Amino acid sequence: MQISINGKPHEVEAGTLAALLDELDYGEAVVATALNQAFVRAADRHATKLHDGDQVEILVPRQGG
Amino acid sequence: MSDTFSLYGETIASRLLVGTALYPSPSIMAEAIKASGAGIVTVSLRRESGAARAGESFWALIRSLGVRVLPNTAGCRTVKEAVTTAQMAREVFGTSWIKLEVIGEDDTLQPDVFGLVEAAGILARDGFSVFPYTTEDLVVAERLLGAGCEVLMPWGAPIGSGRGLNNPFGLRALRAHFPGVPLVVDAGIGAPSHAVAAMELGYDAILLNTAIAKATDPIAMARAFALATEAGRLGYRAGAMEPRDMAAPSTPVIGQAFREPPLRNTPRA
Repeated sequence: MQISINGKPHEVEAGTLAALLDELDYGEAVVATALNQAFVRAADRHATKLHDGDQVEILVPRQGG
Repeated sequence: MSDTFSLYGETIASRLLVGTALYPSPSIMAEAIKASGAGIVTVSLRRESGAARAGESFWALIRSLGVRVLPNTAGCRTVKEAVTTAQMAREVFGTSWIKLEVIGEDDTLQPDVFGLVEAAGILARDGFSVFPYTTEDLVVAERLLGAGCEVLMPWGAPIGSGRGLNNPFGLRALRAHFPGVPLVVDAGIGAPSHAVAAMELGYDAILLNTAIAKATDPIAMARAFALATEAGRLGYRAGAMEPRDMAAPSTPVIGQAFREPPLRNTPRA
């Protein structure tokens, strides 16, 4: 399945957002997720299915002004 | 002398809020934050830039400082982007505080105030404590308060410009118009004197980043801004004298040597 992750195309096996984070080896890292520009809570990632062409954002804490 | 103020029900001791970006190194950032005395620092959410998990180490460093974080929606250009980013930030940072930026223009990075008001309303209804990055426009300010904002953060000048207070008249009018609303000058502050000027206008606090981070010595500049913010605040509370056009001697004139009092009714021959 081809999806976009943080703006770049990726071929992935994962069927859910939670499985995608595992596949990408995020482990216990603190991240926030969005699917097709809508926020997905951490608690909802297991139930959030991925489809071909989806746009996933995985964001982390960074410096800000 | 206790001179705290309140933001969304939280008592805040330091009137200087600082950003965490653009420092030469994480350790200099940490030392500068300590030197600033700030109790609130701004942070953001971004895509992980590499496999080094830089986000994890940054977040751990911020938490070690024991400061309150104010996540931003920097760079967002639409209401949807800003709202989604705010929701993501609330989960990651564990706070409902959000510095709301909806940017409308690239050259000035000035707020899209129409999108800002709309996004502020959506977020306030969703339980966020919204800190809107806005202009000094009174009507926009009124709309933001109506949308649920309890704090306003007008710009001093465009983000990162270091120009100081571009419109002191407008900022003074905003202060006079909303005497009970916490007002924070956010963006454009370049030198400690700018912070003094903003605080002397009666603003409650200053938020800045680049002026400290890009100084030759960020740690010393952080201390300078801490002193400037406090000096400006004390000056405001003390009540400055009214300026006047003509000189008025400060040393008493009475009793000055070598002068005779003017003679009266003795016309010269």
